[in-house]
Amino acid sequence: MLNVVQRLGRSGLGFLERFGRAFLFLLQTLSGLPNLLPRPGLVIAQVYSTGVLSLLIIVVSGLFVGMVLGLQGYNTLVKFNAEESLGVVVALSLVRELGPVISALLFAGRAGSALTAEIGLMKATEQLSGMEMMAVDPVKRIIAPRFLGGVISLPLLAAIFSMVGVFGGYFVGVSLLGVDSGAFWSQMQAKVGFHEDIVNGVIKSVVFAVVVTWIAVYEGYDAAPTSEGVSRATTRTVVYASLAVLALDFVLTALMFREG
Amino acid sequence: METTEERSADALVKIRDLRFSRGSRVIFDGVSLDIPRGRVTAIMGPSGTGKTTLLRLIGGQLRPQSGTIEVDGQQVPRLRHRALYELRKRMGMLFQSGALLTDLSVFDNVAFPLREHSRLSEPMVRDLVLMKLQAVGLRGARDMMPSELSGGMARRVALARAIALDPMMIMYDEPFTGLDPISKGAAVQLIRLLNDALGLSSIIVSHDVQETAAISDYIYVISDGKVIGHGTPGALGRSNSEWVQQFMKGLPDGPVPFHYPAPEYLDDLLAGT
Repeated sequence: MLNVVQRLGRSGLGFLERFGRAFLFLLQTLSGLPNLLPRPGLVIAQVYSTGVLSLLIIVVSGLFVGMVLGLQGYNTLVKFNAEESLGVVVALSLVRELGPVISALLFAGRAGSALTAEIGLMKATEQLSGMEMMAVDPVKRIIAPRFLGGVISLPLLAAIFSMVGVFGGYFVGVSLLGVDSGAFWSQMQAKVGFHEDIVNGVIKSVVFAVVVTWIAVYEGYDAAPTSEGVSRATTRTVVYASLAVLALDFVLTALMFREG
Repeated sequence: METTEERSADALVKIRDLRFSRGSRVIFDGVSLDIPRGRVTAIMGPSGTGKTTLLRLIGGQLRPQSGTIEVDGQQVPRLRHRALYELRKRMGMLFQSGALLTDLSVFDNVAFPLREHSRLSEPMVRDLVLMKLQAVGLRGARDMMPSELSGGMARRVALARAIALDPMMIMYDEPFTGLDPISKGAAVQLIRLLNDALGLSSIIVSHDVQETAAISDYIYVISDGKVIGHGTPGALGRSNSEWVQQFMKGLPDGPVPFHYPAPEYLDDLLAGT
């Protein structure tokens, strides 16, 4: 019994220590952001590799998620003769929840794991050490642009996901199931609030972007410099980032969408 | 013949009573040595004695538990981030793997420190990079990517990058390991030539006795966390120390036993029955 408590205590302290180090690392990364102002090319390259190269998976997933929403929404709404509200259901589901959350999960799997592997391999092949010895701070030169690139990319990807999803819902609801096109768009326009829905959705995706990219770059930087270490770090990125996104989504939803 | 005091007075790097351990494992236990200016100094010893760790301590990537490390009059462990990075601009380091940036071409790798630390125009950077690559014989490989280079070529590119900012000293981490005889010969010649032509001070960490002894002015031999012998290559070759003789001549058995410590052979075999 005592052993179990001891082990629990040790792993708890270990977690806190790691979290503390990750937090200091985030502060160090943030302090490197002003250095990027005169060198936008470094950030643009990262927006390309984390954002543009993730477009395909985001667009395809957004389309199918929107189509499923259209189908499920229609099947439910038609029972109440409320199928004209399909546009609202699809748009709200995407903008408030599925857009930011699924984009963040896909981003963690596609771009987050790539960031961790890249940084971990740079560490394993002494490229980061080499930079330090060339008097170039790897946190400022390597980590900060990747962090900023991720933070810029994910909200844009989430917006694209939601937009494509709405068209997916439109295709199924209007083109295949016969919902009135005018009702689909006009109800959506009337019921989706800019501040309450869209801005809150964007805030969610910005928070997810910071957390997922932070986890990805930290895990890469903290990886054991071996092939096994990099592999474990990559797995940890996807697991921790996914759990963090889902948990934070609950917290943010509870804070943002309280009725009354 | 130079005295110890004369060597110490002219030293670029002075290490005194250095103690460093990782967990319970003691790596250095009271190491003191001097690296004189303008010379090639070798630090030798068997694998796992912490030779690379010593270079990282000199470069400020690690901090000792006690003792002093002075580089060009500055106490490295006490330097703050900015001052340490300023000092590193005057230190070059050649890693065993080369540590080239894999997403940049040979040209861009050598240009990297120039672009990071100077505001030179691109034509000026180009000229400087071509001069450094010419010095290591790889001007023709400027457009190649690191993955296309052999081990020897990668290290020569890394050497060109290390001298890009015209440093006062270069630290070589196992520069001859894993190279074919031709590449090894080129590396031996380059280290000596660059040291003399550019007025550098060089520190070579290696366990390749012949190659290192051929170009070193002075050698320190380290084992079990202590300096167990030092002197010119000739003097070390004539050393009375059995340990130094075993290392310099590559004898399989001696003070460093062939067998790793283990229980009695017969007891061990019988224990399984």
